[in-house]
Amino acid sequence: MLSLVARRLARLVVVLAGVSLVTFAILQVSGDPIALMMPEAPEADRAALRQSMGFNDPLAVQFARFVGNIVRGDFGQSFFHREAALPIVLARMPTTLLLTVFAMGLSLALAIPIGIMSAVRRNTAFDHTATLVVFLGTSMPVFWTGIMLILLFAVHFRVLPVSGWESWAALVLPAITLATFSTPLLLRIVRSSMLEVIGLDYVRTARAKGVSEWFVICRHALTNAALPLVTVAGLQFGLLLGGAIITETVFAVPGLGRLIVGAIRQLDFPIVQAGVFVLALIVVLVNFTVDMLYLYLNPQIRVR
Amino acid sequence: MAIGTLAPPMNAAAGPAFAEERSRVWRKLLRNPAAIAGALVLLVIVGAAVFAPYVAPHEPTRQSLIRRFTPPVWTAGGKPGYVLGTDQVGRDILSRMIHGARVSLLVGVAAVAVSLVVGVTLGLLSGFLRGRVDTVIMTVVDVTLSFPQLLLALAFVAALGPSLLTIIMVLGLTGWERYTRVVRAEVLALREKDFVEAARAIGASPARTLLRHLLPNTFSSIIVMSTLQVAQAILQEAALSFLGVGTGSAYPTWGQMISLGRDFVTVAWWLPTFPGLAILLTVLSINLVGDRLRDALDPRTS
Repeated sequence: MLSLVARRLARLVVVLAGVSLVTFAILQVSGDPIALMMPEAPEADRAALRQSMGFNDPLAVQFARFVGNIVRGDFGQSFFHREAALPIVLARMPTTLLLTVFAMGLSLALAIPIGIMSAVRRNTAFDHTATLVVFLGTSMPVFWTGIMLILLFAVHFRVLPVSGWESWAALVLPAITLATFSTPLLLRIVRSSMLEVIGLDYVRTARAKGVSEWFVICRHALTNAALPLVTVAGLQFGLLLGGAIITETVFAVPGLGRLIVGAIRQLDFPIVQAGVFVLALIVVLVNFTVDMLYLYLNPQIRVR
Repeated sequence: MAIGTLAPPMNAAAGPAFAEERSRVWRKLLRNPAAIAGALVLLVIVGAAVFAPYVAPHEPTRQSLIRRFTPPVWTAGGKPGYVLGTDQVGRDILSRMIHGARVSLLVGVAAVAVSLVVGVTLGLLSGFLRGRVDTVIMTVVDVTLSFPQLLLALAFVAALGPSLLTIIMVLGLTGWERYTRVVRAEVLALREKDFVEAARAIGASPARTLLRHLLPNTFSSIIVMSTLQVAQAILQEAALSFLGVGTGSAYPTWGQMISLGRDFVTVAWWLPTFPGLAILLTVLSINLVGDRLRDALDPRTS
């Protein structure tokens, strides 16, 4: 068990090195960053700055420096704000996390009961309806869902704000939008993992003992179906963050996604790099936690 | 998990058995009304995309200030000839949607082709060679999985400069890891089977074993995955267009139409609504066909 954790930790470090390399590459493929930093400067000044900032060094040296800076939390100065990039990114973090966690909670609250019902009442009208909704939900572009919700609730019924982030009511539409994106994915997993355990011998044994149906489902079936659910929920987290980026843009939510999209339009690469790295770091850490949780939840591994 | 039961060893040389298998798949597909409906809708959309200049009632880029914000034909103020209405500069929505289908389908299919080549090659190598090659490839897969795909695509398309080719390459090169994982798992399970052993015993070279015996057995998973991935790629392309890093040209795309229409949603609901429905219908059809294809190709559900 302990060596397993150590191995996962080693893997975490290697993956983070890879993540840094990809983040590093973003600026490299953009062509000439100096031209972006000082578009009006004469070529001689640019050349001097290029030399002093080390853009003429070999790529390996530049990458090593980049990693060294990341470790110290330094992603360089924003081209646009002329301030350190990381604090700007971190300041937007809570908003994005609030939206994501809220949407994830909403998703789970819907997906778990509906998924269980679908599996228990397999091939009934309920199950077919749920499957249809899953298909619709996974086929809708997130941003379009958001705009349609705006059309319905903010323009037609005038009950909720169109955009912004001034009150709790402003959180409702973005969270629902993001949840319509993630719920179908989770619902599918809940249903299929429930179906897998529901026919197994031990569930039948529990039923034969005369235990009530709901106790069988919740205590025996669900605890075992939880394992794949946790794994998938972890893997989906990256997808959910991707969805959050779009949702924030639709609703003008002042979160990390909107910051990154804005920075991309201004070609403000330090902000883009810091944002991409921070989001990837979150995904990596969530997956690592899920991995650990998996080890803990899975009795086959736990006893070893 | 019993991965070994996923794919039956089906040898391409097995003649009649293979033909029988294929007709069984077709029969299962044809029995499903949802899959047929999806396939028909797709056929219409592909047809419209291919023959766009002949099918579209108007030039997609022709503007007319007196026709601005014409509502759909069945609502008050609608004009015949502009079935789905016009946009903020008087361009015909339906014609733009028909032309936009070209971009969506082209990007969807081409991006998946790129992913397929990269992903399947790495998966075959990873599963067949194992050891250090496997470790390196799987680490790259883990790194790729760490990024929200859309975010990575967004950053790289912006850095490289938006163009149709950039979008295809970036979506292709950020979406291959799924193929690698599945193909690797199948190759790992298959390589211990008797028929692979037999091929090796009669002196087949590693390359021949890999391409002639292992690769064909991963086809059914690859077909299903590719179908579903085309749907994902279409959604991703639309999202990139919506976020402003699209094809970088004036040619209409569904995502870009929705993005422009968002600003006028309070005065002209039809602007973002119809292109979104086009995406929904296309992606839904592909998903329905792909899902039934999975059931039909999966021997466990027969």
